[in-house]
Amino acid sequence: MDGIHDLGGMHGFGAIRMEPHEPVFHSAWEGRVFAMALLLSAGTLANIDRFRHAIERLPPAIYLGAGYYGRWLRAVETLLVDSGVLRLGELDADTPGVRAPAASAPAPAGAAAGALRTVPHPPRFHVGQVVRARNMHPPGHTRLPRYVRGKRGVVTIIHPAWVFPDTNAHGLGEHPQYAYAVRFDGEELWGADAEPGTAVHVDCFESYLEPE
Amino acid sequence: MSHHHDHTHDDDPARAEALRAEALETLLREKGIVQPEVIDAIVQRYAQDIGPMNGARVVARAWSDPAYKTRLLADGTAAIAELGFGGAQGEHIVVVENTDRVHNVVVCTLCSCYPWPVLGLPPTWYKEPAYRSRVVREPRQVLAEMGLTLDRRVEIRVWDSSSEVRYLVLPQRPAGTEPLDETELAGWVTRDSMIGVGLPQAPVTERADG
Repeated sequence: MDGIHDLGGMHGFGAIRMEPHEPVFHSAWEGRVFAMALLLSAGTLANIDRFRHAIERLPPAIYLGAGYYGRWLRAVETLLVDSGVLRLGELDADTPGVRAPAASAPAPAGAAAGALRTVPHPPRFHVGQVVRARNMHPPGHTRLPRYVRGKRGVVTIIHPAWVFPDTNAHGLGEHPQYAYAVRFDGEELWGADAEPGTAVHVDCFESYLEPE
Repeated sequence: MSHHHDHTHDDDPARAEALRAEALETLLREKGIVQPEVIDAIVQRYAQDIGPMNGARVVARAWSDPAYKTRLLADGTAAIAELGFGGAQGEHIVVVENTDRVHNVVVCTLCSCYPWPVLGLPPTWYKEPAYRSRVVREPRQVLAEMGLTLDRRVEIRVWDSSSEVRYLVLPQRPAGTEPLDETELAGWVTRDSMIGVGLPQAPVTERADG
């Protein structure tokens, strides 16, 4: 989905604020939310792709305002409502950001250990090959950032095959695919506004790419 | 806010988040889905045992042992496992090497993917919109703002962690560190140098009082 989470290339967020000697968790609740999210997204109730998509589905203002672990907390709530573990009424009725259950929330499949898979055919693309990222705007989960869609790049690394997030996030099967590190030159992405001598490498699943 | 009323949420957002997290944990505990001691153990592990000191050992080994460096660049996951590191968000690590001509920097524009087993959990700036939006478009400017001004002839490669790969930067060994052993070298390796937004630095020596 073309959501607020897909931040690459956007303007308007200002300076990067670094915090010297930053603690791992700023409050105890952040650590507990982190642990709960880890347990739930690696367990049988959900998977990492469903978890990421639950964060993406937050209303944009909440996504930006809640902070990292605030987003995680709301995503965990969403996952638990989606999978029927909690009813909306069981959570504080006054909890903005908790979405109604997805229209067709399928029963989540049991989580497999890790996302690595083997596929019975060789990779479609080779290192050095010129490819183009598809111009696609699926309403659901995807890991192809907006800023490379329709752009031309060169394959630099062939990664193993992994579970395909775009289907796995929606209970539509694993459909494992190879992924590729694709190098996009700064000028290809940003035109005359690019900084000279810069490139971005983006990991693209095979079906995100077409031969040029 | 100087006024008080009895709706805690309005007065103290941080307190409200804590209560909300507590309510969730209570519900999950009552349903038998999580056990508090398991949560305690995970929090302790990530707060104390997993952090950039792990990655620093990997880098120091690569600086000291050319054969290890070759293995690290060929198969990061396996070479890192030689030092005992691995696990969640480190299932497939690719190590990218900085040279005189190429500087690498890592981001996750879509969420905040980060190689936990070697760097721990990411700092807030890595997770916030400013870094995620800007570093792919103007990496030279972003690095300069973060204190790292690179020669214009140095190519900058940004790695956007959009799949299951987690990237770790192998910084260049600083000049003048030739006499140091591996343990001493690890003290030079900063978290930021392994993300690519900084360079290794001489450790701050502890000064004796007086």
